[in-house]
Amino acid sequence: MPLTTHLVHQYLRHDKKFPHVWCPGCGNGIALGALIRSIHHLGYNRDDIVLVSGIGCSSRMPVYVDFNTLHTVHGRALTFATGIKLARPHLKVIVIMGDGDAMAIGGNHLIHAARRNLNLTAIIMNNNIYGMTGGQHSPTTPYGMRSTTSPYNHIERAFNISELIVTAGAGFVARGTVYHAEMLHVLIEKAIQKPGFSLVEIITHCHIQYGKLNQKGTHIDMMKWQKDHAVTVEKAQKMTIEELKDKFTIGVITDQNLPIYYDEYEKVKQRAQLSEK
Amino acid sequence: MQKSDHKKKSKKAYCIKVYKDWCKRCGICVEFCPKSVLVQDESGLPIVKNPEACIGCGLCEIRCPDFAIEVKNKELSFDPKSKNADEK
Repeated sequence: MPLTTHLVHQYLRHDKKFPHVWCPGCGNGIALGALIRSIHHLGYNRDDIVLVSGIGCSSRMPVYVDFNTLHTVHGRALTFATGIKLARPHLKVIVIMGDGDAMAIGGNHLIHAARRNLNLTAIIMNNNIYGMTGGQHSPTTPYGMRSTTSPYNHIERAFNISELIVTAGAGFVARGTVYHAEMLHVLIEKAIQKPGFSLVEIITHCHIQYGKLNQKGTHIDMMKWQKDHAVTVEKAQKMTIEELKDKFTIGVITDQNLPIYYDEYEKVKQRAQLSEK
Repeated sequence: MQKSDHKKKSKKAYCIKVYKDWCKRCGICVEFCPKSVLVQDESGLPIVKNPEACIGCGLCEIRCPDFAIEVKNKELSFDPKSKNADEK
């Protein structure tokens, strides 16, 4: 796929400071590239896209791209996005959050946004830790792992973001990794096209905080780990539970058509008007 | 298989450009290049060591977190006359 970089550069805000703020080898840049490719491939006008983010490393993404962008408060990106979508339903609203942002501070907003089924696309960058604020454990830090706030190993079990959101009632949930960058842009494309709430969980690495504290090696080692431990949904169906131990699935986890909030709201409006007459 | 190999060798050649100011020397492009086209210098900057081996898959581009590497078709190689006269 030559000329990808050329394409991505067309969408960047070149008046911002480059190279960007992320650490060398961070997966956030790879995910941003995948997002730009998917938006370009779907042929959207850049003024029709709204990127909303909260606080965290991954939430720096909208700063660098030339769409309508909103960098909001910690955990509340989805609430701002809900407001935008209801006021301007023709806009395509994409929400970018980290695992701490989406699952801890904004955990309630996330499950209810999924249940409500607004026409939003949420992208969660899952690096298992709070990277920007100094390596505290997040709701996705696996059991037994170290962080700066769990120096004697973490005693809580981690949330499985995708499965939680399937249960919360989202119409489309997919998981990808930054190693599988080519697959990632296909998943994001599908999520953007899907009417209703769609979520893409992106497994990424924080080699500076999580990797260092848990002897996971460099960013390259951690990307190789993603390669070795990711199994496609189709392949996983043919595998036993034993074989799937320590593995995670990538691909489209659920895809179903459910009533969409905005359409239902329009119907309520019509019913209310009829009853008034 | 033979046919496609022949095609790649004779028809397509690629040039790789690294934006030094944007590159953070992470080495992802070097590590995950399927044809070992790139190597790192002492500072970690990717150097094109083996340009003939490049198949133009663009994996380095899509995995570069800093948008700092570019793979381009060499325009000359599209000219059928210069097919066998690859100057590198």
